[in-house]
Amino acid sequence: MTKQKGFERPDGRKVDEMRKMEAKVGIVPNADGSAMFSFGDTIAIAAVYGPRKMHPQHQQDPEKGTLRCTYSMLSFSVSDRIKPGPSRRSMEISKITEWALEPILMIKRYPNMVIDVHINILQANASTRCAGINAAALALAHAGIPMREMVSSVSIGKLDKQLVVDVNKDEEDWEEGEGATDIPITMTPNGMITHLQLDGKITSKELKEAIELARKAAKEIYEVQKKALKESLKE
Amino acid sequence: METPRLTAERIREYLAQGKRFDGRKPEDFREISIEGNVSNKAEGSARVRLGKTEVIVGIKMGVAEPYPDSPNKGNLMVTAELLPLSSPRFESGPPRFPAVELGRLVDRAIRESKFIDFEKLCIKEGEKVWSVFIDIYSINDDGNLVDAAGIAAVAALKWTKMPKYDEKEGKVIYDEPTDKKIPLAKDIPICITAHKIDGTIIVDPTLEEEDVSEAKITIGATPDGVISSMQKGSPAELSIEEVHEILDLTEKIRKKVFLKIEKFLE
Repeated sequence: MTKQKGFERPDGRKVDEMRKMEAKVGIVPNADGSAMFSFGDTIAIAAVYGPRKMHPQHQQDPEKGTLRCTYSMLSFSVSDRIKPGPSRRSMEISKITEWALEPILMIKRYPNMVIDVHINILQANASTRCAGINAAALALAHAGIPMREMVSSVSIGKLDKQLVVDVNKDEEDWEEGEGATDIPITMTPNGMITHLQLDGKITSKELKEAIELARKAAKEIYEVQKKALKESLKE
Repeated sequence: METPRLTAERIREYLAQGKRFDGRKPEDFREISIEGNVSNKAEGSARVRLGKTEVIVGIKMGVAEPYPDSPNKGNLMVTAELLPLSSPRFESGPPRFPAVELGRLVDRAIRESKFIDFEKLCIKEGEKVWSVFIDIYSINDDGNLVDAAGIAAVAALKWTKMPKYDEKEGKVIYDEPTDKKIPLAKDIPICITAHKIDGTIIVDPTLEEEDVSEAKITIGATPDGVISSMQKGSPAELSIEEVHEILDLTEKIRKKVFLKIEKFLE
């Protein structure tokens, strides 16, 4: 991808350079599966409980199991303290996360059961939902839930006219020119898209480029996830 | 999900011989480790591990109006959330009693020990004071969240760097932490919770032991033995002799715990 003349990212990264990623599996001993995933200063942790019997009973689905995700930011994960409890934003992200993960799970094997995935953001510097999905996918694999594939999530940004990979907070607040467009995308290593959101202003040609960028970034993330899972088996 | 009756039976049998499943004596704490800077968006934060139990605490500060009954004093708010992530027993939703109790026990240990000098957190009497928010989150519950949270709250407060306050604009600038610390007393409050199981007094229970516990009592005190908060929990009764035993035992244990955590807090 080409970099436009005179464009510099606030933290000096190359346009297709991700922040330093870290992943670790098995961080919550109580859980059936758990993981941490970070993009630079953005840290997400996730834990999986289940498959276990769905309560209340009337929510049981005899056809297939239910994936139930809850995303929540800790009160001190951002500058202005967040009041504890669910918000409209966190409820939406929870649902989006379910949709991003369910296609890869062999959930039909668990009729009347529920798989709970709890995601908490410890420290936020944008792309929290992507970090959360990456941690959640790892935690599901760690829990031994049968999965067709992995998913990897990344946020592509358009700052003025320039596309960049893995948006941080300064970039999310970009105001010059056309401003910032934020495009979180989740996909499998084979390029199947399970989650796509967009806020901002973009042409379809640019969006296609953005998706291509996401595909490359997802591969990098996948390698980090794979490595973390392999390391957990060594112990 | 509770501890099976057979396990409970075995815990009691062991304790009758002064033994515990993990090889500890009744008065032993598990290994303690403390880490700082869990979240760089918090003004201060700490992670405490007590065996397999893990809690994190973050401090946020803000500027608000003082309460009418304390116009020259800063505000304190302690909340606790038992994250569903940390145990199959916890569910999402509004805080239930165990979370409220956890927050309140830590609140009172900090507040009543006068650990924070609230008068120094006054900006303009009757109008503007600093508010200190202590938020507690469980990451893995293997018993005794209260004592772990108490230690984490103290560590996080000690490591807090106050944000800048722009008095003209009336705004807190979070991106510019100052070198100013929260004014704290020299002696730290430590919470120790003693449990009674079948006539034996133990401290730092695992989750299984907590399930078997008949009565508990949480004591907040400084290492030199000045008690400033106390609360008996659970419905079973304690004899005067048992309370005496708990007071003597926890005094010794508190000193040991202090020695264990002192090196982390420098």
